[in-house]
Amino acid sequence: MNKAIEIRDCSAAYGDNEVLRHVSLAVEKGEFIVMIGSSGCGKTTLLKMINGLVVPTTGEVLVNGERLADGNLVAMRRRIGYAVQGAKLFPHMTVEDNICYVPNLEKKMSRAEKKALSEKMLQMVELPSELAGRFPRQLSGGQKQRVGIARAMASEPDILLMDEPFGAVDEITRRTLQEELSVLHDRTGITVVFITHDIGEAFRLGSRILIMKDGGIWQEGTKEELLRAPKDAFVERLIGGWHTE
Amino acid sequence: MQIIQILLDRREFFLTCLLEHIRISLTAVVCAGVLGIVTGIFISRHKKTAGVVLGIVNVIYTIPSISLLGFLIPFTGIGNKTAVIALTVYGLLPIVRNTYTGLVNVDASILEVAQGLGTDGVQLMYKIKFPLALPVIISGFRNMTVMIIAMGGIASFIGAGGLGAAIYRGITTYNMTLTAAGSVLIALLALGSDWLLARAEKAVSRRYGIE
Repeated sequence: MNKAIEIRDCSAAYGDNEVLRHVSLAVEKGEFIVMIGSSGCGKTTLLKMINGLVVPTTGEVLVNGERLADGNLVAMRRRIGYAVQGAKLFPHMTVEDNICYVPNLEKKMSRAEKKALSEKMLQMVELPSELAGRFPRQLSGGQKQRVGIARAMASEPDILLMDEPFGAVDEITRRTLQEELSVLHDRTGITVVFITHDIGEAFRLGSRILIMKDGGIWQEGTKEELLRAPKDAFVERLIGGWHTE
Repeated sequence: MQIIQILLDRREFFLTCLLEHIRISLTAVVCAGVLGIVTGIFISRHKKTAGVVLGIVNVIYTIPSISLLGFLIPFTGIGNKTAVIALTVYGLLPIVRNTYTGLVNVDASILEVAQGLGTDGVQLMYKIKFPLALPVIISGFRNMTVMIIAMGGIASFIGAGGLGAAIYRGITTYNMTLTAAGSVLIALLALGSDWLLARAEKAVSRRYGIE
């Protein structure tokens, strides 16, 4: 069983507005999937289906072979890291408490355990350990984003879901974070599903890229496959802005 | 000067009244605080009930205080018990409303991230929602406390103790200094409590990094 995520014929709607139409997707363990497409095409809905924040109206979602609808959703979510745009750190918690949030939900951690874990995670995302006692409002955008990744990774999840995590940081910080994430992925072998609006970011990070349109997966493939044989003018336009680096 | 003089001359009387006032007010503050926060949490989780509950609490608030005391006498008699019940009922509005408002206005994207990370319903309330709503809740608690202390003065009209007794005695004996001295002590007690709670509010906001 090598599938980390299986989405089988899933649809989703917000009221009468159907945003996903019969989507199927299988993600192998260790893959780095990047979803790209115009706003409203269903990327975020598809991502939220994986951790059960959106319940499909048709079909089923399996995570590590277990149906989300059958399992303990809260326990399953703790095995899936989740990082979003702007990090959305808990403003009333210090960096240390934010990082230790998920492990501490399962088992009350001692002060020493928290300190050790936050130091390890801060080191992983290349932040100084002195930041542990600070509140989110005392951090820069890039620092917040790194802490957001550290929080998502702290429970050593099998899967990491990232919804435009670098959308709100400057270009230089974004490049650095992309490189760090890429190294982290190679080192840990974690399965990543990543959303972006930036084709360059998609090509740099993704082992497979899903181009989404009109509530479905329009085309998928590696960077080379997409560049070699774009399906239509939409895909050509989407990847047209990318230059060889 | 006359007020200070009467406070000094009859200090034992005023001290007894003050301690009684604090006792009645504190009992009502604790009762209204617990009841109000629990109700506020309940209606924030069952939003369909919010309109009805807030409506009822609002209507109660519009009943003149002396009438409410009068309505309660046939059921609970005269004295401190009735005063505490009336003050508790009056104190509910600010604390229920602020608890509800604080909880429902917590940033939805923060809540979604917390749920996405595996927070269950109870943890979501005490780890995320309540701490983030706390400054608003404390603000409601401040209003409630000041209101209860100020309104406690009227309780003596139904035979309860407290500084209202000094005011009442001053009115019935045409002793304006006595009335003024009782009123000043109530005002000082209310202002002092407000100042203390304002400091607590600031300390909580600072502690939670949400100034």
